[in-house]
Amino acid sequence: MTDNALTTADEPTKKASTKKVAAKKVTAKKASSKKAPARSAIAPRNASRRAATSKEDGARLVKFYRDMMLIRRFEERAARAYTEALIGGYCHLNLGEEAAVVGLMGALRDTDYLFTNYREHGYAIMRGIDPNRAMAELYGRVDGVSKGWGGSMHMFDMSHRLLGGYGIVGGQLPLATGAALAIKYRGLDEVVMCTMGDGTANIGAFHESLNIAALWDLPVVFVVINNGLGMGTTVAKASAEPEIYKRASAYAMAAERVDGLDPQAVFDAAQRAVASARAGHPFLLEVVSERLRGHSVVDPAKYRSAEEVSHLAQFDPVPNLAARLIKEKILTAAEVHRIDEEQSALADAADAFAQSSAHPDVATLFDYNYATPVANDSRRLPGEALFVTAQRPSAEVGR
Amino acid sequence: MTMKTYRQALHDTLRAEMLRDENVFLMGEEIGVFEGSYKITAGLLAEFGEKRVKDTPIAEEGFTGAAIGAAMLGLRPVVEIMTINFSLLALDQIVNHAAKVYGMFGGQAKVPLVIRTPGGGGQQLGATHSQNIELYYAFVPGMKVVAPSTPADAKALLLAAIRDDDPVLFLENLALYNTKGEVPDDDRPAEIGKAKIAREGHDLTLIGYSRMAYIAKNVAETLAESEGLDIEVIDLMSLRPLDRETIVNSVKKTHAAVVLEDDWLTYGIGAEIAATISDGAFDYLDAPVRRVAMAEVPMPYSKVLESAAMPTNDDVVNAIFQTLEAVGRRLKKVGQSHD
Ligand SMILES: Cc1ncc(C[n+]2csc(CCOP(=O)(O)OP(=O)(O)O)c2C)c(N)n1
Ligand SMILES: [Mg+2]
Repeated sequence: MTDNALTTADEPTKKASTKKVAAKKVTAKKASSKKAPARSAIAPRNASRRAATSKEDGARLVKFYRDMMLIRRFEERAARAYTEALIGGYCHLNLGEEAAVVGLMGALRDTDYLFTNYREHGYAIMRGIDPNRAMAELYGRVDGVSKGWGGSMHMFDMSHRLLGGYGIVGGQLPLATGAALAIKYRGLDEVVMCTMGDGTANIGAFHESLNIAALWDLPVVFVVINNGLGMGTTVAKASAEPEIYKRASAYAMAAERVDGLDPQAVFDAAQRAVASARAGHPFLLEVVSERLRGHSVVDPAKYRSAEEVSHLAQFDPVPNLAARLIKEKILTAAEVHRIDEEQSALADAADAFAQSSAHPDVATLFDYNYATPVANDSRRLPGEALFVTAQRPSAEVGR
Repeated sequence: MTMKTYRQALHDTLRAEMLRDENVFLMGEEIGVFEGSYKITAGLLAEFGEKRVKDTPIAEEGFTGAAIGAAMLGLRPVVEIMTINFSLLALDQIVNHAAKVYGMFGGQAKVPLVIRTPGGGGQQLGATHSQNIELYYAFVPGMKVVAPSTPADAKALLLAAIRDDDPVLFLENLALYNTKGEVPDDDRPAEIGKAKIAREGHDLTLIGYSRMAYIAKNVAETLAESEGLDIEVIDLMSLRPLDRETIVNSVKKTHAAVVLEDDWLTYGIGAEIAATISDGAFDYLDAPVRRVAMAEVPMPYSKVLESAAMPTNDDVVNAIFQTLEAVGRRLKKVGQSHD
């Protein structure tokens, strides 16, 4: 466990090694503070207190940085295209959550599964999906990862075991639980990870799913990305127990809370969580993160004070990691810069690819009505009549 | 009369009713600090405070059920469900409790609850966020379902819904929020359960509600100008109870009907209208009742596919022409004329 792993917020210095098991005991303590902990209370940001980075860790950090920068540039490119009305619907970005995304996805094997929500572009790319296909989905084109049927909120790719972004808050939780059931049923050693936001912990499906998963010892990790906000509602205003990982205690489930701005800390915690799930003990991992922009691209986030917003930049995990890499002489400033250029180029290429991909053919509108073809399936366009008006033969009129 | 948007009419009516009756309070996701996903409740938290404007966690089943319980004790909650798609998470509380409490306990407890929620597609929100499922509520005895298409009706029906002692699902529409119209300054409620002849005519009856009533009026006006057609438009206003008499009387006069609906054709609202016409005006019909509805697919995200799946003005015009052609054939065959 790194020194960045989080213990309970009211005991910020308690050694986390006790906590792996502790989660089962976190239980009884009464909800202590109604206020969500300030970021500064969650994790030490002081790099000098960190143990020297090993070569292996350094290499991993560089990989994390590349990936985080790719997500960053991809999301910025998507935001621009959305503002230019090239992308429709809603568009929720991972800006500020890059460290969480790469740390979590790094802990999964290719054969593990991911269920997530509508804020999933970064996850899709980190599962190995080509950024071109992710961007093409935002553009609603045939080369999109969901063939243009899903859009920003609904990316899916069975071959990369991304089993969906879901737009209904909490919708993915029961599905993830069921996927874990299927894995256990078949006796496989795969794991399901199911990510969600802090606000999602308040929907009924959260409780039902965690209970079922714990009751049946299912190989699933529930991850709450606590970015402090569900649209404009703070965690403190939405969750009676703002330290969300503690809710696991109600289901006798192991849980942990980690600093989501530190990719290494997230990676370490996610590995523990995944190992637990693989051994048949479901896990609740709370990743404390930041949302650097509005809920979606169009949200100006006026409900955040100017002061709060002015502090956001200091929590930005991408430049923070760059600074660390340079400070610890893992990369030079020039190398950091080159990574940025390379990833920007990938984002631009994805955008160009998406723009040149074809729109779906209207003739395909009914292609996915049913998996098993069925008699009398409705394949009618909006204006079409049910029947060609049948004319009764004149001789019969009046009969 | 004051000119205002549908959005403003809703906002002003909520505010006036909160001022009039302190039992009226609002509950829903993002209605306070965020001022409403579609800004209907903007400013109300500042004016009335957290007791009267309650931001809820994302817990549709929980807070809708809580509103039902509060209503049983005589409060008059007005719940906002962000879009009708999310009302599915509260379906059990609405169908099994809001609609049942009064009858199941022999009329001992009333449920004076309003659930405001917008429907609407066409914004590339994909399969789960583009549905028009008001039918689910209109299907249930014990529920009242209203669906205004103009700012004036939005006001009058919201007044009626809030003052009504039964659970009312108040259907709004994303595409209507910015539409404008004259709104009376008095606070006379509409009568729930009554449709409205939005335009008088003799050639054909065009029936719709919410966004589709708006489209019906536009198409009727356009065809009056371009083709000299004289189309009667019925704005249903209320889906349950359904004003069958107004529908039947109109068809007895025009002998033809086209029904517009934003939901799916099979088992949709239009099916009930068509059945009503068949029952009440069979002998007066000169053409089959035609329905224009959404294509029966989970709504695709792609703009191209989404546009193909949704009814357009052209679809409505075609349906009208084809129906009038059928009328012409029939009149020729039986050697009659309506003139
Ligand atoms: C059942 C349901 N209710 C409401 C919404 C509207 N909605 C979409 S995202 C969101 C906030 C979710 O917040 P959180 O879980 O913290 O995730 P974040 O957006 O912060 O990543 C809401 C209320 C929805 N999509 N589904
Ligand atoms: Mg959140």
